[in-house]
Amino acid sequence: MTQTYRLATGGLIDRSRTVPFTFDGKAMTGHAGDTLASALLANGVHLVGRSFKYHRPRGIVSAGAEEPNALVGVGRDEGHYTPNLRATQVELYHGLRAESQNRMPSLERDVGSITDRLWRFFPAGFYYKTFMWPKGAWTKFFEPRIRAIAGLGRSPAAPDAARYAQIYAHCDVLVIGAGPAGLSAALTAAETGARVIICDEQAQFGGALLAEPGKSAWLAEQRARLAGFANITMLPRTIAFGYFPHNMIGLAQDLTDHQGEASDDAPRGRLWQVRARQVITATGAIERPLVFPDNDRPGIMLADAARTYVERYAVKPGNRAVVFTAHDDAYRAAVSLHRAGVAIAAIVDLRESPAGPGLDAARTAGLPVRTHATIIGTEGNLRVAAVSVATIGETKSERIACDLVLMSGGFTPSVHLFSQSRGKLAFDPALDAFIPGTPAEPTIAAGAAAGCQSLEAAIASGRAAGLSATGQAVAAPVAETGAAGFLGEVPHGRDPASVRAFVDFQNDVTAKDITLALSEGFRSIEHVKRYTTTGMATDQGKTSNMNALGIVSKSLGVAIPSIGTTTFRMPYTPIPFGYFAGYARGELVEPVRETPIHAWAAEHGAVFEDVSLWKRARYFPRGAETMHDAVARECAAVRAGVGLFDASTLGKIEITGPDAAEFLNRMYVNAWTKLKPGRLRYGILLREDGFIIDDGVVGRIADDRFHVTTTTGGAARVLNMMEDYLQTEFTDLKVWLTSTTEQYAVIAVQGPRARAVIAPLVEDADISAAAMPHMSVVECRVAGVPARLFRVSFTGELGFEINVPADYGRAVWEAVAQAGQAHGIVPYGTETMHVLRAEKGYIIVGQETDGTATPDDVGLTWAIGKAKPDFVGKRALARTALASQTDRKQLVGLLTADPAEVLEEGAHLVADPAQAVPMTMLGHVTSSYWSAALNRSIALAMVRNGRARIGQTLHVPLPGRSVAVTLTDPVFYDPEGARLDG
Amino acid sequence: MLLIPCPYCGERPEIEFSYGGEAHVVRAPANATDAEWTAFLYQRSNARGSYAERWRHAHGCGRFFNARRNTVTDFFEQTYKIGEVPA
Repeated sequence: MTQTYRLATGGLIDRSRTVPFTFDGKAMTGHAGDTLASALLANGVHLVGRSFKYHRPRGIVSAGAEEPNALVGVGRDEGHYTPNLRATQVELYHGLRAESQNRMPSLERDVGSITDRLWRFFPAGFYYKTFMWPKGAWTKFFEPRIRAIAGLGRSPAAPDAARYAQIYAHCDVLVIGAGPAGLSAALTAAETGARVIICDEQAQFGGALLAEPGKSAWLAEQRARLAGFANITMLPRTIAFGYFPHNMIGLAQDLTDHQGEASDDAPRGRLWQVRARQVITATGAIERPLVFPDNDRPGIMLADAARTYVERYAVKPGNRAVVFTAHDDAYRAAVSLHRAGVAIAAIVDLRESPAGPGLDAARTAGLPVRTHATIIGTEGNLRVAAVSVATIGETKSERIACDLVLMSGGFTPSVHLFSQSRGKLAFDPALDAFIPGTPAEPTIAAGAAAGCQSLEAAIASGRAAGLSATGQAVAAPVAETGAAGFLGEVPHGRDPASVRAFVDFQNDVTAKDITLALSEGFRSIEHVKRYTTTGMATDQGKTSNMNALGIVSKSLGVAIPSIGTTTFRMPYTPIPFGYFAGYARGELVEPVRETPIHAWAAEHGAVFEDVSLWKRARYFPRGAETMHDAVARECAAVRAGVGLFDASTLGKIEITGPDAAEFLNRMYVNAWTKLKPGRLRYGILLREDGFIIDDGVVGRIADDRFHVTTTTGGAARVLNMMEDYLQTEFTDLKVWLTSTTEQYAVIAVQGPRARAVIAPLVEDADISAAAMPHMSVVECRVAGVPARLFRVSFTGELGFEINVPADYGRAVWEAVAQAGQAHGIVPYGTETMHVLRAEKGYIIVGQETDGTATPDDVGLTWAIGKAKPDFVGKRALARTALASQTDRKQLVGLLTADPAEVLEEGAHLVADPAQAVPMTMLGHVTSSYWSAALNRSIALAMVRNGRARIGQTLHVPLPGRSVAVTLTDPVFYDPEGARLDG
Repeated sequence: MLLIPCPYCGERPEIEFSYGGEAHVVRAPANATDAEWTAFLYQRSNARGSYAERWRHAHGCGRFFNARRNTVTDFFEQTYKIGEVPA
């Protein structure tokens, strides 16, 4: 196909560069400087898509971001495929591959178009009214079929192969839009030395002026001036998609997307998060379609868009045009097309007695004008072929053949970003439009976005905005020269029930749908919107919202300002998710924390599990061992000999200062004053509501120094809580808190032979049973490295935890492993650790507790320092409601009748498994394991009034059966604690 | 994203901060009545408009401070150090 609709001269395209591309597999060419839309039009292609609901043939309506119809999928393969791109914004590049959407098998012959002939069965809200019966039919039958028929683009079938960059930036003035107003604003602001960023969605700055050959000299001068300011950052191809609080603006910059295949080495795009002292929204205005019967055929487009295709892209959008307007600007388009060789069959003006320079020029050019007239219908299947024109109020119509219809209902200022910033819109009755009113942020609207319609007014308004944004006086308010147009459905005299006049092209919403919603009682525009889905497509109603409002206003007899607008939300145009993900993909989604011993564990075949951000060795399988086998072996080794465990992930906080003990007294439930240096104590931390939030062993290193450990997941939370009290509540205390979690590697050596293993490695300390009892700490050297050696046990066996500087962690670990070889030492992981501690009834905060457990609930009343005047949570424990509650869940052990049955964690407990559902739940299983030491299953549970039920039998209902369990004391193994001493 | 003026570090983006709930809630003593304790623990003014609240510059200086933020507009009226009396 050749570019038969390309004009011989004019435009901003580069005729020396011919650019091949394909659309639905058909090879075509365009020129550098084309968009996909202009290149298609140059090849005579108007039909580019099928509509969302009725599968009606649709063509290119606009020349910009507002495009509702010309949505295409673009990309050379699935990894580079982007659906729902507006052909009017896609820059043409060599080899571009585009496809139309929502058609099967082809655009011209689409089986889904059967829905168009059945349109009477698909009114607004049809899915609420039909398909409701029989039960299940909606989800199983109707919905999947409707979803297959309705829709826009498809998701790419492969992960996004492109890369994306992200950047933060600050500026004094951010100017959004580089049309005449934006350029003037940026230059005016930059003259003061202010740091200015100016962005525009298009490849070139100039906005509407790009379609004004007569203004090219002025535009070139402004661009040259911009380039002369070092304090201006220019961002072309950059869409401002979101306005966030405190003048944070989200920009999506196309870096290489417009270059196609040449782009593999560079990021596709960059997300900017710009914090601006002042924002100037010079975002222009969008022309409104007119709502008349069958106004959606390919070849029917906005008047200013048609003019843009002629003037900027040197493309003739048709051969014979009818212009339908309610605004003077369309006459300018008519003259432009006329000069380009398009026959203007008629200009149909809704207004009774229009006047203006555009009309004068059209009459001078000899173009036929019919005033007080309307289009009552159109013909043509894949392209408009004729329109019927009638005088308003009369039924006699004239059929005019044409292949192009231009329409203009006036202009709607683009207030999206201003509205997103929570600024209040004001209705301008002279323009029949909402314009920016009272701002909520430091933001100023300029140019057409503020309601200006003449170039002079736009430039003056931009200059005023630039002055104002840099704190300078603005001489005089900008005089307005704009005119209103038409809102709502045009008069056509036909039976409203039998015609379809489209309001929202993208969601296939007609004027009739909106009046139907009103007749069914909807009044709020937000409800009308949701019921009809008008304005809810990916274009967010850029071309349709005001016409929808006009219909509501006329039907209800309520003025538009009293109806209000729907909410504008980000993004202004759809942005690929990749921009937001940026670098955070794959391994970079979140940080991975590894202990100093991680590499050793990996080398020794450890299977890891995620514990918060940490990777922890879960078990160390040998050969073909399953986890069950490995854990049973590791457990047995610890109980019978000695095991080695990496506890480095434990949270650690160094608490120092003369008031350190008093601080701990106030934070933890325990009493700390009498704890001697060199001794350890198990601490419990509550919230003020009396519930356990964390626990851990605390060592007193010196009178004024404590080594506090926390749960792995709670480290940051506990430090934050301690800082909170220290900074805001206990400000009288001299205490310093330091996180030392990552400063220490923690090597646990557990089992009857633990002392024998480490004794040869320990210098400067006597670790004999007499000198170093359970729950003590000594500073010494282990394997030549300075260490804090804890004698502590989370297994019930004789145990030590060696704290050494993290950098020495692996060396000391290997020394212990070496020394342990003669004793049969076995490395074990978190799974074995869990089994061993459960055999001893030791709780894990977050597993046995769930944020509603008190110390007494889990059998830890003994830890509370009862003589203390206060501690965090003390008063809450004495609350009448809590103290008087007699059926609180309490920690118990469970033994299943069948010793081989290992319960599911989270399973519920009931008294009578035969009762009707919903059953009365008495508690739930919190931990459940196979115990190698006991050669049977064990479980811990929280059960209502559980301690009083010990010895009783309860039941765990499971699908199709139930399991009987006997409640026991939670300590299953060595209840006397004799093994702690080896 | 809010821009929060830390009294120690100046204006920083919201992601550096963590929220700390209503400010100037006096911790009830251990001998408080149930009603007093309940008020301290659970009852907040949840004001529409000017609201005194605590923030921590968690990923900055680490300091807690107080702020007055308008909950309608989300703009900060002032921030001040712990122990200071707002102007």
